[in-house]
Amino acid sequence: MKIPRTVIPVMALALVVGTAGCGAKTGAKAGADGTPSTSCVDTSGDSVKIGFLDSLSGTMAISEKTVNDSLNLAAQEINAAGGVKGKKLQIVTEDGASEPKTFAEKATKLIQSDCVAAVFGGWTSSSRKAMLPVFEANNALLFYPVQYEGLESSKNIFYTGATTNQQIVPAIDYLASQGKKSLFLVGSDYVFPRTANKIIKAYAKSKGIEIKGEEYAPLGYTDFSTIVNKVSAAKADAVFNTLNGDSNVAFFKQYKNVGLTAQQMPVVSVSIAEEEVGGVGIENLKGQLTAWNYYQTIDSPQNVKFVKAFKAKYGAKRVTSDPMEAAYTSLYLWKAMVEKAGSFNVAAVQKAAGGVTFKAPEGTVKVNGDNHHVAKTALIGRIGDDGLIHTVWKSPAPIEPDPYLKGYVWAKGLAK
Amino acid sequence: MNILTERPNAGASRWAGAIPASVFVVLALALLVGAPQVLSSFRLSLLARFCCYAMVALGIGLAWGRGGMLTLGQGLFFGLGAYLMAMHLKLADAGQGQVPDFMLLYGDGKVPGWWEPFRSPILTLVAIPLVPGLVALILGLAVFKRRVKGAYFTILSQALAAAFAIFLVGQQTTTGGTNGLNGFRSFFGYALNDPVNKATLYYIAAATLLVMIAGMWFLYRSRYNELLIAVRDGEERVRFLGYDPANVKVFAYVVAAVLAGIGGALFVPIAGIISPADVGVLPSIGFLIGVAIGGRHTLLGPVLGTIGVAAAQNTLSESFPSFWTYFQGALFIVVVAFLPGGLAQLTGTLRRRRPASTASAAAHNPTPARESTG
Repeated sequence: MKIPRTVIPVMALALVVGTAGCGAKTGAKAGADGTPSTSCVDTSGDSVKIGFLDSLSGTMAISEKTVNDSLNLAAQEINAAGGVKGKKLQIVTEDGASEPKTFAEKATKLIQSDCVAAVFGGWTSSSRKAMLPVFEANNALLFYPVQYEGLESSKNIFYTGATTNQQIVPAIDYLASQGKKSLFLVGSDYVFPRTANKIIKAYAKSKGIEIKGEEYAPLGYTDFSTIVNKVSAAKADAVFNTLNGDSNVAFFKQYKNVGLTAQQMPVVSVSIAEEEVGGVGIENLKGQLTAWNYYQTIDSPQNVKFVKAFKAKYGAKRVTSDPMEAAYTSLYLWKAMVEKAGSFNVAAVQKAAGGVTFKAPEGTVKVNGDNHHVAKTALIGRIGDDGLIHTVWKSPAPIEPDPYLKGYVWAKGLAK
Repeated sequence: MNILTERPNAGASRWAGAIPASVFVVLALALLVGAPQVLSSFRLSLLARFCCYAMVALGIGLAWGRGGMLTLGQGLFFGLGAYLMAMHLKLADAGQGQVPDFMLLYGDGKVPGWWEPFRSPILTLVAIPLVPGLVALILGLAVFKRRVKGAYFTILSQALAAAFAIFLVGQQTTTGGTNGLNGFRSFFGYALNDPVNKATLYYIAAATLLVMIAGMWFLYRSRYNELLIAVRDGEERVRFLGYDPANVKVFAYVVAAVLAGIGGALFVPIAGIISPADVGVLPSIGFLIGVAIGGRHTLLGPVLGTIGVAAAQNTLSESFPSFWTYFQGALFIVVVAFLPGGLAQLTGTLRRRRPASTASAAAHNPTPARESTG
């Protein structure tokens, strides 16, 4: 028994084929940089394809399915009203499976194989960071619907959730206006809480607010006795909570168990929306504060219509939340951009994007043509007995997005 | 289980020689000639990824199938190789003396000392097999010399993968934290978004896998293979004969780690990303699924099983994005319940046909429980 002779030529062939197929070196201008592959989007028929990329399995599925639902609602409404530029939307759904590499892979598939005109989805920062190079390399468009840590701006991504100066900065302003002199920071150990807290610390310092402690728990961590004891001992005026997911259940239960209340030491959360309130339990959350740009309780004709349509499609028990609304809005914004551009072409849409507005359920939003974020009104809310969140303070006008916090003196040196 | 599939030297020359050789040639032709002809650039890149997984699976086949070491922690070695490669690519993209983008964003704008050596492409290429191999050597000696085995070894290996992922998440400024490392523009000077270079990466991955299979084929026909199976089936007896079973096991564990490390390193430029989600407990268990389904006792079972499962996962998740995971679960249950030797068992069963063979195979084979955890 020796090595089969047939194997040797095959291996040799492999080496020949392998070495023969050398493409462009970096720096060489052979379509390597700057000139991405040509788009294969087909707009000749009476429909146009778009991609919805959300985690439908894995740990993030519980949150991202809700975004997928509201995207489907928006698509249904748009199609019922005649589509975009007279073309019906044809949806290709893919599962990001809560893994960054799957998001990157499925985004590539949607762009290269399905030839979609735009992709809508993503939730975690790691999923967005994983998709960013894919959209830039293929010169395609992503609409990302979740509030995030800022310090990013890509011409291939439209950020329809809040950046830090539309959520975190106003939350600190609100706490300061309520006479809070000290804060305790609690967060999950990943990029959003770490970056958010870096910003909070810089801003608090400039406002003379003392930071009495900063604690991080791994994602999915559920033993908060030590952290809550530290919070309790620190006797801060308020807690700023950037925990994500299941950890919130354990944190708020423990918070209540040691006898801390919203009256004594309110907790401001930036990742708890209507959808999460039920999961954490109203009894643990009553009276606590949240910072977002949309609540189901907003009293506007657009929102009443959105909530009614959503409940009619998915059931009366369902609630609507900020990321869901931002996703719903993102599809309408893309429609408005395409109609303004008069084309589905990526470059044309990018060019037309600046100044595009939409009467969203949260109020009128306007796209910033420079950083591709949208101007949004900041809302501080209190969680009520009904499990919904009620606005207690709102910014006087929509806040212009400033992802790198360039307009804030205290933020100098936070981002290079 | 089938005696023929696991003891190629024990009078089963037909199975050991002719069948894998012809299957190997078919596989080589399919990978190197067929696939590039029929698959689109995107699908080819997916297959390249699956080849990287198959490298890990090949190693698991040796450690688990032959050596009985059920390792639930290959993500550690896959991750080591991947992160080493990713660090080099990040540094190369940044340029001589420059700092990778994410460090400017989240760190203090300085490259940590332990990153610096990986500016060198040669050192990186040396480190990719060496670091996972050394880690496995130290772990293996510490574990097997103390005669830790069975479920204890399995739990330990899994804990290490979990610890590694948690460590990476905590180091936002130096490893990218949960975001991991991504956004690579070049691979040893070649632009990664050039379709020709992407195809070349596929050929590199496929050829590497074929070379590894060929190497493993020699290993499976060596006396070492006999010794490894003997250690799996009766460690004390082997010790009694004057061998040190620990050394035998450590070697298999190190080989598996090196294969996983190389697989990880090739995965990075192909997938364009590595993050803690790819190296922790779940992916480590994921590596086992293909091995178990394909048949861990055979040479090609783990490879074909892994490529098949990955391709099936992909197709199913595209066709049924909301509930594809149920199919995967069902397939795993069916195989574990009805085909404990994996799909490779089917070929063996067909070959033998007579029910009496099961009894004779059982006589040569110790209890599955002991075998699978030893």
